[in-house]
Amino acid sequence: MTENEKMNTKLGTVISGSLTQGVHVKLDPARSVEDVTVGRYVAIQGEKKRFFGMITDISLEAVDPSAMVMPPDISVPLIAKVVSGTTTYGKLSVLPMLTISGVAGDTEGPQPAKTVPPHFAGVELASQSDVQMVFGKEDKQRFYVGTPLDMETRICLDMVELVKRSNGVFGKSGTGKTFLTRLLLIGMLQKSRTTSLIFDMHNEYGWEGTSEKDHKVKGLKQLFPGKVAVFSLDEKYDQRRKVKSDFVVKIGYDEIEPEDMQMLRSVLNLTDLAVQAVYELARHFGDDKWLQATLDLFDSGDKEFASKHNIAEGTWKNLLRGLQMLQRFKFLVPHAPENTVTTILEYISHGKSVVLQFGGYDDIAAYVLVANLLTRRIYDRYREMVDIATSADSKKPDQLVITIEEAHRFLNPEISSQTIFGKIAREMRKYNVTMLVIDQRPSGIDEEVMSQLGTKITCLLDNEKDVDTVLTGVSGKSELKAVLSKLESKQQALIFGHALPMPVVVKVREYGSADSYKELGPSSSGDSTRKTDGLDDLWG
Amino acid sequence: MGVEQKIAEVIETSNSEFLAECYDLDNVPALGSMVKTRGKGCQIYGIVYVSATHSIEPGRRIAARGKAATSEADVFKANPQLAKLLCSDFKALVVGHSQDKAIYQYLPPSPASIYSFVYACSPAEVKQFTQSLNFLNLIIESRSTVAPDEVIAAFLRYASLTYPAPEEFLVKAGKELAWTLSNDMRRLDSILKRL
Repeated sequence: MTENEKMNTKLGTVISGSLTQGVHVKLDPARSVEDVTVGRYVAIQGEKKRFFGMITDISLEAVDPSAMVMPPDISVPLIAKVVSGTTTYGKLSVLPMLTISGVAGDTEGPQPAKTVPPHFAGVELASQSDVQMVFGKEDKQRFYVGTPLDMETRICLDMVELVKRSNGVFGKSGTGKTFLTRLLLIGMLQKSRTTSLIFDMHNEYGWEGTSEKDHKVKGLKQLFPGKVAVFSLDEKYDQRRKVKSDFVVKIGYDEIEPEDMQMLRSVLNLTDLAVQAVYELARHFGDDKWLQATLDLFDSGDKEFASKHNIAEGTWKNLLRGLQMLQRFKFLVPHAPENTVTTILEYISHGKSVVLQFGGYDDIAAYVLVANLLTRRIYDRYREMVDIATSADSKKPDQLVITIEEAHRFLNPEISSQTIFGKIAREMRKYNVTMLVIDQRPSGIDEEVMSQLGTKITCLLDNEKDVDTVLTGVSGKSELKAVLSKLESKQQALIFGHALPMPVVVKVREYGSADSYKELGPSSSGDSTRKTDGLDDLWG
Repeated sequence: MGVEQKIAEVIETSNSEFLAECYDLDNVPALGSMVKTRGKGCQIYGIVYVSATHSIEPGRRIAARGKAATSEADVFKANPQLAKLLCSDFKALVVGHSQDKAIYQYLPPSPASIYSFVYACSPAEVKQFTQSLNFLNLIIESRSTVAPDEVIAAFLRYASLTYPAPEEFLVKAGKELAWTLSNDMRRLDSILKRL
């Protein structure tokens, strides 16, 4: 690096600080505070180690407190130039997060910082190679998600590590959650042997979606025609959009179990007693016949059953109203011609990801019902497969990532302990099933579930509760809070957790232009092409 | 380069300053200008901080003589003895020295030699000496002069003219002063306003 380049990257010197609070850096007089932004990466060269950290705050200081009371006359240009950086100066708060080896030939990767750099250590903007050393290069398992602020270096996520745990994408409406999720799903398809099951409530992932600027962007099916199947709940919607789905999902009454009704309690406005009545009905008629039988009872106006089983009239009516709401869903039929769960699992076993589009049923009741019903059965089957594979010492099924939107509907503290999604977030990692939860109100999600999420990707959030929830348990929380609240409302995200050595603010990579598709298609190296031989055996 | 013209002679000397009598009456170097003289084995640099013209006899006061004269020059024509009875001198703060072409911005080991000649520094010498400004605190801390701030401002104005970009030099010098006067904003402000 030439002397001139060094001058360009030099930021200042360490003047004080601590490991927990971060170090304070006096800004070099040649730098203007306006050129430095929160969230930028810096490298601090200590005597033995090189530290890597992030700017978390910027403040204005004066050597002589009287300068605050009687400010120098900066209308004189000379005085203005002289006092800047001398009498008055900028101070940066930097959180040292990692130590990266500064010694050539040392292959030891970045380690969490357990100490701070010494007094007056030089601070500079992190170079491309520093950033690359921390986040790694794009390779067969690392997927480029974006660039750090004001830098061109690519930040890559280790997709293989990422999918090993459940992850979350958060951000308020319109901040780019869908784009980000689409990118993550592409990353999984491209860089890992993962299959996804996506419950696509707003029909954004399978086929074309629209960007905020109203131009069309390609969906997963268009980018990975061989690896993605689109399932649809609504044939009419497909006809309107002039697309043909791989499978039209129909769910039989016989597939709806009392547990599903429990999940729907709040969306269908059922009382506790009504849910109990469902269990009573299921006990009487059987798990697979209760719904049809109950509907028949309602049709015949028979109230004898209710009184015989001590079901109050109010409860009976409440249940009737709830079930009538369900009947509006045309995808519910007395008996489904094909079993959806088996079909989905067949596709998945062949390495195909499934996008389940809800078409016109963008009703939360339909979403909760279908997502919960299918996931519970897939969970059971997957668990069975893993158990068989473990006992036979054979290869376990590949990682499955289930993507759900409006996650707080499934994972709120009241029901998360009962729903399948709460269970997956907590323990299904062992059975190779993880989740990708997408939500705009993370404060509505159960704390226990949040704490189990491996990597969190969050766009702008401005509700205090949401910010607190997302950052629970992260070191340097208050510093990250400042960074998070200053994110731009579009195309910027804070990523932290398991798949990354340290939190990072990225400008999310472009998605939607012809150029971007060139890199987003199936990987040409063949790294992610799956070998399904032998796997079919698992399905009997 | 022509032969350097001596302007004065050291008649009182100490480690930190020297007094020099000028050869020409009323022809003293400007306040804040840089002069040089000889020390033991070195060249000593000083900055003029005060100059005066007075009677050579301390007890004898000069009387006004121009009442009948039409011009000030006539006073000297009518009283040719005045040139011998009066003298001009100046005091300079020692700010550094040079030895074997190396410049040191701190006090020399021994004072300037008595009766050594004093020369005005050339612009090139001023520029070379001011490449570093560590000596400024010698003036700030000096107790000899009643108005060190005036001397510093005068010197910086004078030195800046030897640079192609005087403004740049003044900012650099101002920053140096700001470090030294970091706890005295008002003094810094008053010096900077004189530049």
